[in-house]
Amino acid sequence: MKTICMYVVMLAAATLGVPASGALGIFATVPEWGALAETLGGDNVKVYVATNALQDPHHVEAKPSLIARARNADLVVATGAELEIGWLPLVLQQAGNPKLRPGQPGYFEAATFVALRDKPARLDRADGDVHPGGDPHIQTDPRNIARVAAALSARLAELDPANADAYRSRYAAFDTKWRAAIARWEHDAAPLRGVPIVVQHKAFTYLIAWLGLREVATLEPKPGVEPTTASLTEVLAILQRDPAKMVLRAAYQGDRASQWIAERAKLVPVVLPFTVGGDEAAKDLYGLFDDTIARLLKGAQ
Amino acid sequence: MFPRFCARAACALVLCFSTAAAAATDAELAEIRDQIRQLKDNYEARIRALEERLKAAETAASAPAAAAAPEAPPPASASPSAGTLAAFNPAISIVLQGAYAHLTQDPALFGFDNLQIAPDVTPGRRGFGLGESEVNFSASIDHLFAGSLTLSLTPENSVDVEEAYGLVTALPYGIVPKFGRFFSGIGYLNEQHQHVWDFQDAPLAYQAFLGGQFTQDGVQVKWVAPTDTFVELGAEAGNGDAFPGSPRNSNSAGAWSAYAHAGDDIGASASWRAGVSYLETRAVDRAGKQPDVTGAIADTSFAGTTRTAIADVVWKYAPNGNTRETNLKVQGEYFWQRTRGDLTYAGSGESGTANTDAYSANQRGWYLQGVWQFMPTWRVGLRYDRLNAGSPAYGSNAAFLATDPFDPQRATVMFDWTPSEFSRLRVQYAQSRERPGFTDNQLFLQYILTLGAHGAHKF
Repeated sequence: MKTICMYVVMLAAATLGVPASGALGIFATVPEWGALAETLGGDNVKVYVATNALQDPHHVEAKPSLIARARNADLVVATGAELEIGWLPLVLQQAGNPKLRPGQPGYFEAATFVALRDKPARLDRADGDVHPGGDPHIQTDPRNIARVAAALSARLAELDPANADAYRSRYAAFDTKWRAAIARWEHDAAPLRGVPIVVQHKAFTYLIAWLGLREVATLEPKPGVEPTTASLTEVLAILQRDPAKMVLRAAYQGDRASQWIAERAKLVPVVLPFTVGGDEAAKDLYGLFDDTIARLLKGAQ
Repeated sequence: MFPRFCARAACALVLCFSTAAAAATDAELAEIRDQIRQLKDNYEARIRALEERLKAAETAASAPAAAAAPEAPPPASASPSAGTLAAFNPAISIVLQGAYAHLTQDPALFGFDNLQIAPDVTPGRRGFGLGESEVNFSASIDHLFAGSLTLSLTPENSVDVEEAYGLVTALPYGIVPKFGRFFSGIGYLNEQHQHVWDFQDAPLAYQAFLGGQFTQDGVQVKWVAPTDTFVELGAEAGNGDAFPGSPRNSNSAGAWSAYAHAGDDIGASASWRAGVSYLETRAVDRAGKQPDVTGAIADTSFAGTTRTAIADVVWKYAPNGNTRETNLKVQGEYFWQRTRGDLTYAGSGESGTANTDAYSANQRGWYLQGVWQFMPTWRVGLRYDRLNAGSPAYGSNAAFLATDPFDPQRATVMFDWTPSEFSRLRVQYAQSRERPGFTDNQLFLQYILTLGAHGAHKF
């Protein structure tokens, strides 16, 4: 009787899907956290990245594939600050995986470990797609990635204590290499300090603050609202008073507005990878910033 | 490192003591055992202390990194209303909608030959009309449950409870139970609220076979399989009050449903979901309407069992998966419905005739639609609907009801503008051939406004 019971339990466990492999399953919402989790987790983790660099991370649907992957994950690594508000809560609700509920160790929000910029003084949808907690595009400043790495490494060690030493040593190696890289990028990007620029969407707040660029105008009349000819004409008027050098857009954004303004205001259109995979050169986190700085320097010439 | 060394040393000590003990007396043995215990307790306490110090050092190492940010105040201050009672208010969202409709046929004459549809199903009112205003409240309830309430405020100034359900959020293994009133998980469109549909109205198959949309008052369990390809199984039991069921004054369930969904991505640009569903409902004195031999809309009453099967598929495409710029969505559903029971013809208007006889029907219906976002914020859509009402067996009711075979069909074109995630303006034109010699040209101008909490991007 006892053996039969045990077989039944084992069969139930098998069909219900107790993860067979020892690797920690990670569901990363955006490519930068996927890349970071790969770096810090190495062989001890299996990373699934929910979106690619050519997708607008605000406008993702709770696709069946995402629900299936969240169902089997041990840890969700999200940006937070409402970046994924339209789809992640729904994915987690439908996945039936209580490990990933907000508040559990299996739910990691990068933005909570970073001081957010541009927290709106007033909350009103008339101001566009505002994020009450502040700007969620934190990955454009490598110093933020260093902060998130420290917290993520500690979280990996907490969830998988058997491999805690491995996570710690991988983090120590990453941190040393990353800080050296930051120093190199800051050195290389010195000529960018004070360069006036225009952005298509307010997606580069952290990058601009880090490198000391000067944001003259934004093409979107309100965050997330498509520019119109009328709104672009207003930007053109600003640029006639206060000329800029280049117009920045992320790889996932359409080029219409940038091209329009670039032709009329004599700006260099610069497409930045924005996240890992945004272009050929941005293969990993290092490549992301190598390429971002290179493209900015080229645009500023 | 150090705790491991300690443990090894302790083991060695224990071994030493045990060899010495072989030749000792009972009293000495007891003393030695005591000493071992003390030693063990001692080193365990020290290991615990060391672990705690290690943990403290780890948190201290990660905390300054976050606190060191010179640019802005620490993120802890990001929650403005923390500590006040309002902090626990549920998320509230409100949908406002309305339409102007120009219909060439009187909506009161809406009906299909050979089909008894729910009395309240019509193409809508003519002229300016307020749509359903929807108010939704949702929140986590505690560590086990989440809840959601959707009230529909009708233009006739009544309040309907559209959905009011609890969800169990704490169960593992992909099991998500839901209970209360909810849109059944059958088909594809059924679970979606009307304001997120891509057309102003439901497909004819939904109108004919499910009274527009099928609501369960009961329980649902969904299970997501532990596979990388999405596989979801669901089952529901409910009271079956809603069409094609009816209130029955019975202790037993009046509606049973089961369904399976599968879905995945095809590369980075496309994704799909397909499903099969089954619904069985019982009805007693279910009110319906159907054209009679004079062409007028007659009242009917049905008692019996209705079995409905649905196959649905949806395929979405966006270059690189970036739906913001352009995207294409194609969906279709096929319905089979088998009705067995007794039908009462209750006459149209003042005639006062009433006749009851056995009734059986096998009917089908389908729609196929495509919606293309050709540039950000602008979409165009096409839909084709068709019903095959078959030739039901009416018995003596054939003398009263219109029984000539006819396949109703409708073609619809839609054009909408979505300036932000919270507003949509739509124009829709449809040509609906509902019954012989009865063609309705329908024009709708519609607005949908959402305020409050951010809505979910359902697939």
